[in-house]
Amino acid sequence: MIETIIAGLPGTLAQGIIYGIMALGVYITFKLLNFADLSVDGSFSTGGIVAAMVILSGKSWVLALVLAFIAGAAAGLITGVLHTTFGIPDILAGILTQLALYSINLRISNAQSSVPISVDKYDLAVSLRYQNDALITVAIIAVAIIAVMYAFFGTEMGSALRATGTNPAMAKAQGININIMKTIGLVISNALVAFAGALYAQFNGQANVNNGRGAIVIGLAAIIIGEVICNVIFRKKINFAILLVFVVLGGVLYYIFMDLVLKLKLNTNDLKLFTALIVAIFLAVPYLKGKANSSFRKAAREGGRRHA
Amino acid sequence: MLSANNLKKTFNPGTINEKVALAGASLYLEEGEFCTVIGGNGAGKSTFLNAVAGVWPVDRGTITIDGVDVTGLPEHKRAKYLGRVFQDPMTGTAANMQIDENMALAARRGKIRGLKWGVTSSEREKYHEMLKQLDLGLEDRLTAKVGLLSGGQRQALTLLMATIQKPKVLLLDEHTAALDPKTASKVLEITDMLIKENNLTAMMVTHNMRDAIKYGNRLIMMNEGRVILNISGEEKKQLSIEDLLHKFEEVSGTEFTNDTEILSK
Repeated sequence: MIETIIAGLPGTLAQGIIYGIMALGVYITFKLLNFADLSVDGSFSTGGIVAAMVILSGKSWVLALVLAFIAGAAAGLITGVLHTTFGIPDILAGILTQLALYSINLRISNAQSSVPISVDKYDLAVSLRYQNDALITVAIIAVAIIAVMYAFFGTEMGSALRATGTNPAMAKAQGININIMKTIGLVISNALVAFAGALYAQFNGQANVNNGRGAIVIGLAAIIIGEVICNVIFRKKINFAILLVFVVLGGVLYYIFMDLVLKLKLNTNDLKLFTALIVAIFLAVPYLKGKANSSFRKAAREGGRRHA
Repeated sequence: MLSANNLKKTFNPGTINEKVALAGASLYLEEGEFCTVIGGNGAGKSTFLNAVAGVWPVDRGTITIDGVDVTGLPEHKRAKYLGRVFQDPMTGTAANMQIDENMALAARRGKIRGLKWGVTSSEREKYHEMLKQLDLGLEDRLTAKVGLLSGGQRQALTLLMATIQKPKVLLLDEHTAALDPKTASKVLEITDMLIKENNLTAMMVTHNMRDAIKYGNRLIMMNEGRVILNISGEEKKQLSIEDLLHKFEEVSGTEFTNDTEILSK
């Protein structure tokens, strides 16, 4: 049991980092833009399907990754237009895109719900078969993405995007077109998620239209786990790049946990239930902790004692 | 500098919630004029400022800033002509961002935001000097998140941001109303200093008649969406609160609204 876990560790870590890359995309909308974007469930699958079809057509994995990235960007653009031009609330705009993408993904895959891409027949960017190489590749990609994100969110445009997320009224008063900023954020986010989806499909040797189901929750789980650990270790203000590293680590930890559940031969059908539970617990704990510090019940108890 | 001509705005037209907020309000300000705006609740003071800022389009009337007709421009395109400070200290700044980042956002108002660095080191030095003159100790906290500041500090910072590039018109919407009296008077002093130093054209809504008389060189009173009093020059300097109350009754034919804040001396 322990031997199998250790033997498979590089693969587990690589898979976790792929989830982490997806979580970086989710971070942009959920944390920086304050936009709960559910389109990622669709765009994660889109990335995988697009990459698989490109590879099946005999083109290189480089083109596969690039086209997956662009397809994800297009999905984000649609959510952005639905929300900003047509005034559809954020969650609903994301759900509409997600739903539409399910059909679009099946169109792209020629109605196959699963598209196998065997590493025996095709040259892939990453594969579970060569797990050590895969781990190095995805780690380098993750570091590169974090570096680019760190730089971008320090630029004038990146600052404007963050301002839009934290205070739209202020952003408008400073001459920022918040509709354009939201759309740019959604485009980058979904492009990253689809890119992660393309890596995921190659790593597992098949793209599936259902790969993205629950992606948003996995992304949130990674973000929350990463943030909590980061806060425990550093306590004080931390560098944005380090925080992003922890988001990726959150993805890794999440996957290790899921992997354990699988290896302990628990029912895999319960996986989504476990994921939902983890996210619910991590979201609830900070809230309950805050409440414990200032609750009415405590006020009644302590208040009476002081006057006694 | 600012010309607001016969502005009209009705909210929720044709419904039971219909509210005529502006019923032909006009105001002309020369460069360097500092105009205080008073009036009861629902008189249209904030609505007037929002019309100038372009929060929504007006139904009728035109707005010109420094000779440019801005009536058809949305809020973010009008922003380059304006500096704004709001009643709620939370509104004017981005809480999750650092002090220097907030100032840099304001310094780029109306400019194209590309892929250059959001804050440069030479800017930081400049901001350090600017914050020093506020005398609030903010100059040593450039990289602190604005959310950690008090309401008064945030309003002072918002003021600095509003004037970091000289605005054609500075719009102050009851920007001291949410502060305690001591902080409010400090922020008002900073306001007055910045306006005088930069020779700014400004509109300041206030609920405090004494402040309305003390500051600025023009005073308007609004009622039911119109400007019913417009006083400037010597006449404004001689003004007392009793005069104002009296004039209000004269012009409107009713007693001043029973808003206790306005009557407080």
